[in-house]
Amino acid sequence: MDTKKMAIIATKGTLDWAYPPFILASTAAALGYETQIFFTFYGLQLVRKDLSVLKVSPLGNPGMPMKMPFGPKWFKSINWNMPNAIQAIIPGYENVATALMKQTIANNGVATIPDLRELCQEAEVKFIACQMTVELFGFEHSDFIDGLEYGGAATFFEFAGETDICLFI
Amino acid sequence: MNFDKELDARGLNCPLPILRAKKALAEVASGQVLKILSTDPGSVKDFAAFAKQTGNELLSTAEAGGEFTFFMKKK
Repeated sequence: MDTKKMAIIATKGTLDWAYPPFILASTAAALGYETQIFFTFYGLQLVRKDLSVLKVSPLGNPGMPMKMPFGPKWFKSINWNMPNAIQAIIPGYENVATALMKQTIANNGVATIPDLRELCQEAEVKFIACQMTVELFGFEHSDFIDGLEYGGAATFFEFAGETDICLFI
Repeated sequence: MNFDKELDARGLNCPLPILRAKKALAEVASGQVLKILSTDPGSVKDFAAFAKQTGNELLSTAEAGGEFTFFMKKK
């Protein structure tokens, strides 16, 4: 049987949206898929050396429950959603939300993004960064982790054209 | 049931139990049995799917007090 293949285009650069590409890619690799992720636009943030740039914001995101990751059960179950206009004027709101989300992630035994990314690399998931957006956003190759390849749309299609699963995230 | 290696994946959530199991299976020989402990309710379906797709045989699945025990035989 031929090896199955999966290609993912990762376009989002926030902590929450960092999960789907790395979870799917690492799992695919565990299932024996040859896997490639093409990082473009904001997705480039996922291959930065410094992953502390990844934040999560409840602002303008009505789907995100805002619950505290500590305290008694009744306290943890309160949903602290507040109007966008108020969220927007609180300094450091995004940093606080990110810290709370990271605590929730740890409480639930969910892997961190640095861990998942490393698991992908160990499993030989191939990472390709979009050279055009690297230049567009004024990044240097030194901003990114080692082992990346740089290419464009044609590079993506070379592999994606032969895949069993191809996802845009 | 007899087993050759045990993996404690309790407290871990998707996809970590599967990734750890894949790693643990790489450390046993063909025909040997891996015992896996998990607390992730999603892992029941996931290990069945993992076995089906990788050809490793899921010998048994059991649940007791919110803990799941799997025995998987390496292909």
